[in-house]
Amino acid sequence: MAIAQAALPKAKVAPWNDPFIRGWFFQIVVIGAVTALAWYLVSNTLDNLHRQRIATGFDYLSREAGFEIGDTMIPYSPADTYARAIFVGILNTLRVAVLGIILATLLGTLIGVGRLSPNWLLSRLCEWYVEAFRNVPLLLWLFLFYKVISEAFPGPRQAISMLWDTIFLSNRGLYFPVPFAHDLHHWMGIGLLVGIAAAWVIKRWAKARQAATGKPFPTIWASIGAIVGLPLIIWLFGGAPVDFSVPHLKGFNFEGGTVIQPEFTALLVGLVLYTSAFIAEIVRSGILALHKGQSEAAYSLGLSRGQATRLVLLPQALRVIVPPMTSQYLNITKNSSLAIAIGYPDLVASVNVTINQTGQAVENVLIIMAAYLTVSLSISLFMNWYNRRIALKER
Amino acid sequence: MSQATESAPATTRPAMLPPTVDQGALGWMRKNLFSSWGNAITTVLLVAGIAWLAWWFIKWGILKATFSAESGQECVGTNGACWAIIGAKFRFIFFGSFPYDEHWRPLFAVLTMLAMLVLSCDRRMWNAGRLAIVWGIGTFITFMLMFGQIHIPVTLIFVIALIAGLAGYMFRRNVADNTERTAYTALTVIGGGYLILRILGVLPSITIPLELFSYVETGSWGGIAVTMILATYGLAFAFPYGILLALGRRSNLPLIRGLCIGFIELIRGVPLISLLIMASVMLPLFLPSGTSIDKFLRAQVAVILFAGAYIAEIVRGGLQALPKGQFEAADAMGLNYLQRTAFIVLPQALRVVIPPLINTFIGFFKDTSLVLIIGIFDFLNTASKALVDPAWTGFPGEIYLFAAAVYFCFCFSMSRYSKYLERELNKGTQR
Amino acid sequence: MAVLNGASTVIQLDQVNKWYGQFHVLTDINLQVKQGEKIVICGPSGSGKSTLIRCINRLEEHQAGSIVVSVDGKSIELSNDVKNVEAIRKEVGMVFQSFNLFPHLTILDNLTLAPIWVKKMPKKEAEDIAMSLLKRVRIPEQALKYPGQLSGGQQQRVAIARALCMRPQIMLFDEPTSALDPEMVKEVLDVMVELAKEGMTMLVVTHEMGFARSVADRVIFMDRGEIVEQGPPTEFFANPRNERTRTFLSQILHH
Repeated sequence: MAIAQAALPKAKVAPWNDPFIRGWFFQIVVIGAVTALAWYLVSNTLDNLHRQRIATGFDYLSREAGFEIGDTMIPYSPADTYARAIFVGILNTLRVAVLGIILATLLGTLIGVGRLSPNWLLSRLCEWYVEAFRNVPLLLWLFLFYKVISEAFPGPRQAISMLWDTIFLSNRGLYFPVPFAHDLHHWMGIGLLVGIAAAWVIKRWAKARQAATGKPFPTIWASIGAIVGLPLIIWLFGGAPVDFSVPHLKGFNFEGGTVIQPEFTALLVGLVLYTSAFIAEIVRSGILALHKGQSEAAYSLGLSRGQATRLVLLPQALRVIVPPMTSQYLNITKNSSLAIAIGYPDLVASVNVTINQTGQAVENVLIIMAAYLTVSLSISLFMNWYNRRIALKER
Repeated sequence: MSQATESAPATTRPAMLPPTVDQGALGWMRKNLFSSWGNAITTVLLVAGIAWLAWWFIKWGILKATFSAESGQECVGTNGACWAIIGAKFRFIFFGSFPYDEHWRPLFAVLTMLAMLVLSCDRRMWNAGRLAIVWGIGTFITFMLMFGQIHIPVTLIFVIALIAGLAGYMFRRNVADNTERTAYTALTVIGGGYLILRILGVLPSITIPLELFSYVETGSWGGIAVTMILATYGLAFAFPYGILLALGRRSNLPLIRGLCIGFIELIRGVPLISLLIMASVMLPLFLPSGTSIDKFLRAQVAVILFAGAYIAEIVRGGLQALPKGQFEAADAMGLNYLQRTAFIVLPQALRVVIPPLINTFIGFFKDTSLVLIIGIFDFLNTASKALVDPAWTGFPGEIYLFAAAVYFCFCFSMSRYSKYLERELNKGTQR
Repeated sequence: MAVLNGASTVIQLDQVNKWYGQFHVLTDINLQVKQGEKIVICGPSGSGKSTLIRCINRLEEHQAGSIVVSVDGKSIELSNDVKNVEAIRKEVGMVFQSFNLFPHLTILDNLTLAPIWVKKMPKKEAEDIAMSLLKRVRIPEQALKYPGQLSGGQQQRVAIARALCMRPQIMLFDEPTSALDPEMVKEVLDVMVELAKEGMTMLVVTHEMGFARSVADRVIFMDRGEIVEQGPPTEFFANPRNERTRTFLSQILHH
């Protein structure tokens, strides 16, 4: 028997009780308040800038910078523009951040694993290392390392020389020889790329062979051999040229070769040692988060320690480790801004000088924030993508 | 093998002991230091390395060191540490250029702040009224000691009255008896009335001067007190605003959520230095010309802004950990959003996040060292300035090691305390 | 289920003792297991029954006494020698209370992991064996799913199939049904009963006395680290000789 469905009238709700309307009303009020505040701040700012006769806009970027930068990766002189000066700063920041990330990851992983070692002495030492670096501000470590480096080492004239007078250590930095640019280097570069491609091919071939016949292949060693061996063979074939530009003392400082400066060294060493303590904790908690039963099941199936670690434990540990690890990478990038305190010319240092010279604080601060935000957001996006990809599938 | 049941003898055997090789100090060393070849080699190398380092440090730091001297000249050439510099300069390192005779004031201010923080972690203090009293009194004492003379604007008193009245009315309306409700209404009316009259310009601005000691302006503050104030009040003000951000980030209203996410990501994406530079250079531009903001206040505002975003993320973690059933039960009982948040959600979420919050506080305590860049004299800055004295130049190692030791003491005890709290708090949840 | 008296001994434990620090967890264990024998070990918690079977595949180490496993005529004594341990683990399979499936691999990959990497089998051959075993435990359609997507009973059956993929001679079960919801216990026990019928040597630690009655050749009762009583199930349940056994049975056999 069909039941007639009468059209029910929609319940009458007073507008001020309707959650939808209330929600939007609240949002509009909040947005309104925020906009009012923003308008107040902006109008004050424009007013003050006008009053103090400070220019607005980004035109200053094409003006001549007029200040020297001590440590540059690309050619730069005071006659270059502000834009170029800021770009040099960005490159310096990236240089210390990338190296810092790689070294801190390596050191931190070693220390994290060391803390779990059955050797009591090793695990205690790693624990003290972590506690020491985590409980003291990074800036203090930077000052300590920088002052020690610059005051412990002698001046260029009394520099410590090593390796038959080819490497010199002074308070102006570590000077060491570097090969002169040679045509062969292009071929070696190509050899390197070919080696990387070969390693990839080897990996695929080995995997297919194992699937078909069951026999494993030492892929890692073969790949290293290809990547290192090919350029080496090319170098040997090309006559093994060994023309180095060797640093030598000229006047008050060294000439030739290439240099690692104390500011860079202090910053890099400080960042790496400090962050590696945090990374060690992350690695350790990732390994501890593994359910004991996983390793037991793997061993009871007959897998060796190495196989169990590689195939069962590491993939699961990485799930726990990667998210906090990437936030430490972000921290290294942001902490590199402490360079300004010890004189390493990174992005913040360059922009600071620009602010002092042009007076245009707003635009310059926007540049700093844009640069760091780009890095953070890219890392966040990568993190979200990685998390989604490796999420354990559940019901 | 026979199929019959076998049964163990009814008498109990004397207890057997494990093989002696595995017991005692020797057994411990065998197991932990020499259990395999790799282990043994590691132990030997480490012991050698530690012994060499320890010997070098003993030579430099104790045997050849100078412990007291009139000036740095006496330490030159000894090849040993010059601990005398600590003795000579430690008042400056701890208290900066605060007037010499009044150093007891920042000392007690620091102790007061420590007491406030420790009390806030005690479970018995976890209700809004008691916390407000503890922090109110503590703040008053701290700033009284640091400034020496405070001029309390009467308006502030009436604002506090208004807030207290409104809060009491909103949260305790259903449980308060008539006298309490009248009290809240009275507070609201008096506070609101005064404010309206003030805004309309009918009443003048009155301040109550309290002059207990000599006045010390913020420019002369320095050392450990500055670090503590920046960290403590940074956290204290960032806490409520971080909670608001976290609630906003989880809100269903899209504009609010977008605003909060944008703000949090913006602050977390940039280094603290850039915020400090922004605060010190741009804050004066944001305000109408003529108004000046105290440099110390600018640094404090930057730390608060920065801290809030990080606290928001931590509180958000706590909110996410709360089972959905709690929200549903609260709704089913008829609580509105404010009541649900204040009585059910926040108390549980915040309890969960206390340990990470303490870790965040430790982080801020260390981060305050960055205010050196904008010229505020926190502990690290005063320690660095101690090196500039011409009579005592050339001993950065000693000063910085001393400063590191001080920071280590503070931070390590805080982290131990946080682990203790974690164990205590978990006692309620584990059977 | 009668066991031929001529069957060879596959596991021999002589005066095995184990301590955790000062705590004596296994006391003078003497046990002989013949090929094809099904042994159920029961006892109160803390009695050392899980520790005992975990010593057999060296997930725990014993400090005194000897454990010898014999398969295919070869006798291997358990010691610190890594090669011995690996050889024994190839012949002894284990099923855990908490299943311990690898959550980041599909069911099929869970099963083929050990055959590929330990027995160096080609992938296709390993997959064929895996699929046939999945059919035997009656969940071949789940092969490409992940452990998190399966129910508890299904996961435990996969765990049994995973252990069987290595073609072990002996299977150890550590409370295989204790972590399952009641309605899933039967499906796992059914698989174990079939396995028993096919002649597998099994050591099962469990509280499922029904399983013991129908399948076991011998029931062992352990308490406080010692073997208190053992015997065929009929006699064990009908006439327990020891006071402690009687107490335990009265606690777990409720009407």
